[in-house]
Amino acid sequence: MNSGSQYDVAIIGAGLSGLAAGIRLAHFGKKVCIFERHNAVGGLNGFYSLDGRKYDVGLHAVTNFVPPGVKGTPLGKILRQLRIERERFALCPQKGSRVAFGPGGERVLRFNNDFALLESEVASKFPAQAAGFGRITRFVREAPLTGEGSGASARRFIRESVSDPLLEDMLLCPLMFYGSAREDDMDLAQFTIMFRALYLEGFARPRDGVRVMMRVLTEKYREAGGERRMKCGVMRIVARGGRAAALVLDSGEEIVADQVLSSIGAAETAALMGEAPVVGRTLGYVETISVLDRPPSALGWGDDTIVFFNDSDRFCYRDPAGQVDVRSGVICFPNNFEYGPGGGLKEGFFRVTCLANFDSWSNLPEERYRVDKARWFGEIQESARRFLPRIEPADALERATVARDMFTPTTVVKYTGHFRGAIYGAPEKNRDGRTALSNLFICGTDQGMLGIVGSMLSGISMANQHILQASVPAA
Amino acid sequence: MTNEECKKVVLDIIADIAPDEDLSNVKPDVRLRDQLQLDSMDFLDIVMELRKRHGIEVPEADYIRLASLDSSAEYLTPKFNALAAKS
Repeated sequence: MNSGSQYDVAIIGAGLSGLAAGIRLAHFGKKVCIFERHNAVGGLNGFYSLDGRKYDVGLHAVTNFVPPGVKGTPLGKILRQLRIERERFALCPQKGSRVAFGPGGERVLRFNNDFALLESEVASKFPAQAAGFGRITRFVREAPLTGEGSGASARRFIRESVSDPLLEDMLLCPLMFYGSAREDDMDLAQFTIMFRALYLEGFARPRDGVRVMMRVLTEKYREAGGERRMKCGVMRIVARGGRAAALVLDSGEEIVADQVLSSIGAAETAALMGEAPVVGRTLGYVETISVLDRPPSALGWGDDTIVFFNDSDRFCYRDPAGQVDVRSGVICFPNNFEYGPGGGLKEGFFRVTCLANFDSWSNLPEERYRVDKARWFGEIQESARRFLPRIEPADALERATVARDMFTPTTVVKYTGHFRGAIYGAPEKNRDGRTALSNLFICGTDQGMLGIVGSMLSGISMANQHILQASVPAA
Repeated sequence: MTNEECKKVVLDIIADIAPDEDLSNVKPDVRLRDQLQLDSMDFLDIVMELRKRHGIEVPEADYIRLASLDSSAEYLTPKFNALAAKS
């Protein structure tokens, strides 16, 4: 075997967590290679072009945004650890978001990057709950950035302080949609991470989307001396004597590495070892994207950044019985961030996400898949529009639309390899990243930190804990 | 290397890993953690940078010796000098 295929560390997957881990390891002199099956970096936070337009796959907003100078936060940590100047991510803060519940969105909680707004909304709309909300807030503020209360139920925790189920659901809805792999409840640790990410901190977005951040990461990785092999998936992990002894690539080539970090998911990694993967209940999503010939505000939709909606008495965050559950969802207007004078997007975007059932989307004959997509596209948007100002004439959206795209759980499988299109991975997280093999570790979605900043922090902390820290002499 | 030069080495590393910190008034006898926002991840970086830039190994059990600039200099200066004597 030639020495070229021998590494200190092999990383499977060039998403945010894999790249962040790779930067750390290469910076400290490890011979690292990232193996990516797809032809582009990004993983679940990828990007693509269609008919000359650029789209983000997953990004609505970067959570965990804090203004410059705020210290001790996840964003500050990843910038430090990756030696990235904050300006390079070019993050522009959101204008303002809201949670809208009820058949016409009558019950509203507004929030933005200043936590005082959410506090005052709770105080004025749920006066009897304000003290309880304060207790929850204090708990989250004091919890470590990696979360606290692993395994416990977030709902049970909230109910100790908040007795109104409407407020409980309204607080949970955004946190679940932006990062819960668990049905109808959240792991308490995940809740504290997400509460901090969305409410205490906030939303931002680079004007040109996630590709801006991916470019910074790939440049950093290359400068640090990291190697990257694209269209070069790992087909098998050869286990011998309790270790990952070799990786077999799709091409049949064999790679040897002292340590292996896998960012492709826990079950997906187990499958590479020839184990029958145990895939629990997972949650899938659909997203509709309409490109508009004007900003959404010019259509009369105001300047909401994100709207989390639900029309029912209780918020139901569950694998739907049908193909899509349009009762609740998330509307995102990427135009509505503070891009500064003259910095706005050239076209308008209207994106809506809803829960979707993987099984009823997979293995459909092509024609049926196409027809179902078209039908649900209309139903999803119609449902979401109940929570936006009514616009005239009735076909105003139709007329302003210049392009459309949509993804389903099967699209996610196709481009990311994540089983069942489970964007947030398995309901049970593997926080310490250890596996049955002593030199194989998990980072990314199934390690438990989610979102753009969270996934980078996951890669960083797994690389630190299992590889860099371990290389420091004991005494 | 003198203790003062050694403190400068440590401060230079901190300036690179925590560019958002104001290092103009770091008190040498006060714990770094108490005057700067540095956590265990940052201390790992100080140790890793000492190894990468200067070939100095700090075993995990000795992290505590890096608590302040004074204690760092007291611990690291002999290591720097021993290394210099070898080469």
